[in-house]
Amino acid sequence: MAAITLLEAIRQGLWEEMERDERVFLLGEDIGVYGGAFKVTEGFVGRFGEERVIDTPISESAIVGAACGAAMMGMRPVAEMQFIDFISCCFDILRNYAATSRYRQGIGIPMVVRGPCGGGVHGGPFHSQNVESLFLNTPGLKMVEPSTPYDAKGLIKAAIRDEDPVLFFEHKFLYRNPKIKQELPSDDYIVPIGKAATLREGRDLSIITYGAMVYTALDAADKLKEEGLEAEIIDLRTLLPFDREAILESVKKTSKVIILHEATRTGGMAGELTAVINEEAFEYLDGPVMRVTSIDTPVPYAPPLEEFFLPQVDDVLKAARALAAY
Amino acid sequence: MSEEVKMPQMGESIAEGTIVKWLKKVGDAVKRDEPLFEISTDKVDAEIPSPTAGVLSEIKVQEGETVAVNTVVAVINGGGGVTKPAAEPAKEAPPAPKQEPSQQVTQAQPEPAPPAPKAPEPARPAPAAPAPPESVEAAAGEPASAEELRRTRSSPVVRKIAEEHGVDITQIAGTGISGRVTKQDILSFVENRGAGAKVEPAAAPSVAPIAPPASPGATPAPPRAPQPQRAPAATQAEAGPQPFAEGDRVEIEPMSIMRRRIAERMVESRHVSAHVTSFMEVDFSKTAKLREGLKGEFERDGVKLTFMPFIIKAVIEAIKKWPIINSSVWGDQIVYKKDINIGVAVALDWGLIVPVIRGADEKSLLGLARAVNDLGERARRKQLKPDEVQGGTFTITNPGSFGGWAGTPIINQPQVAILGVGVIKKRPVVVDDAIAIRQIGVFGLSFDHRIIDGAIADQFLATLRDVIEAAEYTG
Repeated sequence: MAAITLLEAIRQGLWEEMERDERVFLLGEDIGVYGGAFKVTEGFVGRFGEERVIDTPISESAIVGAACGAAMMGMRPVAEMQFIDFISCCFDILRNYAATSRYRQGIGIPMVVRGPCGGGVHGGPFHSQNVESLFLNTPGLKMVEPSTPYDAKGLIKAAIRDEDPVLFFEHKFLYRNPKIKQELPSDDYIVPIGKAATLREGRDLSIITYGAMVYTALDAADKLKEEGLEAEIIDLRTLLPFDREAILESVKKTSKVIILHEATRTGGMAGELTAVINEEAFEYLDGPVMRVTSIDTPVPYAPPLEEFFLPQVDDVLKAARALAAY
Repeated sequence: MSEEVKMPQMGESIAEGTIVKWLKKVGDAVKRDEPLFEISTDKVDAEIPSPTAGVLSEIKVQEGETVAVNTVVAVINGGGGVTKPAAEPAKEAPPAPKQEPSQQVTQAQPEPAPPAPKAPEPARPAPAAPAPPESVEAAAGEPASAEELRRTRSSPVVRKIAEEHGVDITQIAGTGISGRVTKQDILSFVENRGAGAKVEPAAAPSVAPIAPPASPGATPAPPRAPQPQRAPAATQAEAGPQPFAEGDRVEIEPMSIMRRRIAERMVESRHVSAHVTSFMEVDFSKTAKLREGLKGEFERDGVKLTFMPFIIKAVIEAIKKWPIINSSVWGDQIVYKKDINIGVAVALDWGLIVPVIRGADEKSLLGLARAVNDLGERARRKQLKPDEVQGGTFTITNPGSFGGWAGTPIINQPQVAILGVGVIKKRPVVVDDAIAIRQIGVFGLSFDHRIIDGAIADQFLATLRDVIEAAEYTG
């Protein structure tokens, strides 16, 4: 079987779930005949028909609102945000309605809201954001961000089968990146939500990351190895609820931690993870927990500015060297 | 009445010293002039005697720490010693680490004491504990600086390991930021200690500032897990690639201060000078006879006569003829030294040191023999003064002590030449077309080709040979 891209893996996951379970349907802007802005759903309408691949008006709150209602009626909707930046339009429905439904009325909302996130493609402030921290503080939601084709397929399936709302972030820089293509097993597998993956073992420091930054971390780890430092890399895969055990286990082993993410710094995932490490593994720390993140500005359009904005391998190396010397 | 003990000024050019070992513990009685601690400076290791009699009440600078000259390192209480006014501020003294492994701390500060001293050292870093009232600095009660806290308290994981293993982290030479003890440092320390090399502050003098290597065979313990440890992080960048593979059976031991110094100096010298070595066979037969004749006479004076004083004599003759050998390079100038100060390398169990015979050209054979014996003896007992290991203008070393035929020594900067003396023993040589048995030694002269050409070096060696072969020593 040929190696496939992350985008193709998501496509396969959606396709197989729709084949497996007729309650699963898709809705979003231009996802039908056009196949979606990134062509994730290309060809779906031909196979599954317009009732299961629904082109919607340009209204994110309508899309997610409809999806919520359908989910409550027993369907398994998968709503696409053309760019994940637009998810803020449906903030009220997600935060006040979907996230609280199980608590308020004992009714889960088995809905997936998926869409492309992240920068590095010169998309500017409306088409490059990472939105996880907006929802990190919303109990009742789950958030997933795969970094490999294998995880993407396994996680989209797990998200569709989950009984509660899941936000599924697809890093557009990884969508068609040929370097990360993988051959996937032909059987029906899922990757459980809530489990991190240790992509590389190391004894000197832990780099906890997710999404496209996984590759920045891996590149940095190669260079650090030349300098005699063994970095352990934890790919969170699920951002909420994140895998405490995996994080703490790694921290206890290496005693030095970098948290790396592409989202901006203040109020980001890194701050939350730092707090957990501080509370639960303080006695194991041999240096300050370091954050390597984007800076607190909108995502710039200009390529050199965007490069400056996004965490680079050098930023990770700098933090790692400082930690090693600490 | 208390007296402060300060890091002594061990020589004009010495600005700081490292405490290698405390020979007394807090609470011990000390006599005046009784050895109190060992220091290591960039010139020499030495035992420092107590300036007064009394009880050692406070150790302010822990083993492995380096402080500026005149820094207060300890306080001795009571006794009839001369008490200096405590007001004299210790210039440049860094803030003293504020922890004392003494009961005084627990008295002075009603901090919840550890439940029971489960470890050999009841020491426990007390956060910015007020030192006894005698101490001037402590009275100010300034909050500890971040650097100081890093050094004395390190990090949560290090404190945890320290508590589990009963280690006083101030005893460990830290490789982290501000001299902080890192997790790796303390794990290596614990591991080395566990391997049978116990670190006891009051034990017999030893050089290593931290845990000496485990002596194989000293412990019947099974071979330890081949867990490779990486070198201290701070030096990682300079240390280069790890010289072993994962899973290799290795043991890593930090270099002593002396060893580090030797390592730096040797590499530096190789870098500075254009080293070339020439060899010359020298017939010692006549000198050997002369030595036999003088031996008894010298012994009556309590002096052991080796070949070394003769060689020094010959070197002085040759230097007088070829003065560039006794010079230094200074930019694009050559500095000819009018004093002839001969360094003689002494091998120690823990390294190497080169005491210097000053004004060697003014000494008789007996005087030289006495100086060689005395300096060698005191080097081995760590009693050299720093001034006795500096100012050399030419060095002689002895690669033949264990039978080595010859050597290519490294120049002792800022000198420009060094003589390596191979073993002197009977060998067959051709004399007047006959084979004769002669006492032959091979000289290897390493010289700095920047200013000394091969011809000069060879002629210097020839002069040396002629003097020794004729056994005509002046003075």
